[in-house]
Amino acid sequence: MTPVFAEVGYYEPWWIALLKGLVIFAVVFQLVPIALLAERKLLGRFQHRYGPNRVGPFGILQPIADIGKLVFKQQFRPRTAVGWMFALAPAISMLTAVATIAIIPFSDTVDIFGTDVGLYGVDPSVGILYAFAFGAIAFYGLMLGGWASGSKYSFLGAMRGAAQLISYEVAQGLSLVGVIMMAGSLSLTEIVDAQEGLWYIVPQFVGFVIFLVAGFAETNRPPFDLPEADAELVGGYNTEYGGGRFAAYFAAEYLNIIVVSAITATIFLGGWNLPFVDPPTWVDPIVVLAKTLLLVFFFIWVRATLPRLRYDQLMSLGWKVFLPLATVNALVTAILVVVID
Amino acid sequence: MTYKPDDVVEVLRAPRPGPARSSYRAFGETLRGLKTTFARMVEGPKTLQYPEEKVAVYPRFRGRHKLHRFEDTGLEKCVGCSLCAAACPADCIRVVAAENTPENRVSAGERYAAVYEINLSRCIFCGYCEIACPFDAITMGHDYEMSDYNRGELIFTKEMLLAEPLDRTPLRAAGE
Repeated sequence: MTPVFAEVGYYEPWWIALLKGLVIFAVVFQLVPIALLAERKLLGRFQHRYGPNRVGPFGILQPIADIGKLVFKQQFRPRTAVGWMFALAPAISMLTAVATIAIIPFSDTVDIFGTDVGLYGVDPSVGILYAFAFGAIAFYGLMLGGWASGSKYSFLGAMRGAAQLISYEVAQGLSLVGVIMMAGSLSLTEIVDAQEGLWYIVPQFVGFVIFLVAGFAETNRPPFDLPEADAELVGGYNTEYGGGRFAAYFAAEYLNIIVVSAITATIFLGGWNLPFVDPPTWVDPIVVLAKTLLLVFFFIWVRATLPRLRYDQLMSLGWKVFLPLATVNALVTAILVVVID
Repeated sequence: MTYKPDDVVEVLRAPRPGPARSSYRAFGETLRGLKTTFARMVEGPKTLQYPEEKVAVYPRFRGRHKLHRFEDTGLEKCVGCSLCAAACPADCIRVVAAENTPENRVSAGERYAAVYEINLSRCIFCGYCEIACPFDAITMGHDYEMSDYNRGELIFTKEMLLAEPLDRTPLRAAGE
């Protein structure tokens, strides 16, 4: 095997890799309209409203109507925009969001048709770093989109997004160091296996909180939706976008939420492990998806609850609170790991 | 006391909480906020699904006008006195009176309203017409759905005002 696929320990034919890539993409991508609808419906419930309930039974066709409307709209771009970059930026956002799905493990290796298949896209030995790498590239989608629009509001939104992403990526990375030290591996499947007895949310609670809050910031969700800041920036980096390109940004945003939720579920909520019971293997992907959706619900819940932070509050929270806290958390974990072993 | 720019204004502030206290407070208050919003979700929606469910009105709600007939004889109560038109601050009522004749008896009085029009696009629903009317011939009804595609349709004639409204607006119950 090539080093990228290290520690797989078995041979996987190319067609299986292709097939499972398609299946995982199809399944996870289906969560996007679900998250879209769930968000609008739940936000309604949180405000004593119903949310969309006119398109189809219970409004379940609302996301299709939304996306259909966007896709059939005319593409336009401002005269000051930088053409190819303007078109490329939403694609980058989409690509990086999709690419991160690959490392989410839904289960361990299983036997399908006589061949061993890992129920995940890839299991690189760099594991979490892969997610961080694509998270960092995702920032180009925002930044290029905002800059290439040739509009000051877009650019302001993109600058805010860039600053925010950089600030919180550091804390997010450090918050995971404790987990990595406890599991002794970067590979997500091994991290899940290490949580069989106790989910990392218990010993690494501080890390969990920091990771989740930084996740809110990374996905530009309220209370950290400053890059969008509807009230001040009209729409932030995607102000000048419309039609299909806006739909791409929109879908990428929700896909990012799902990806961050899935990674949190994998790292802190024990992946496919359940407490007290040991269900058969085919239940594992359902468990992972359920935990993911639970965290998506939490994302929406927080959106309905917290007001947007002021910009300086956001920065001081990231650098003065979370970064030191994550560092101390990593330090304490390191000492404890050495002491206990 | 006049303000002088050199004056030092001292603002009293509570002592800033320490890092432990403030982070505890931030965390606790966030949880409290989450609890509050979750409780709202549990309560369930309070929205009325408007076209299907209508807002119930109070008995004295002033909606679209109604003209009345006597229930026993079927004669119109309006005698064409134009007091409603005189009382109307928006000047939206037009009455043209005509004499009742033995072979064509429309109202109980000497005269009747040959033309009775209310321009509902001008009406302010003040209810003065109802108060001015000496025979209780015009009252404010309970209908509030009066939108239309052009203004001409909003001029209600006597026949329209005499007719029973097609959809009745729900009336609020006594204790509601």
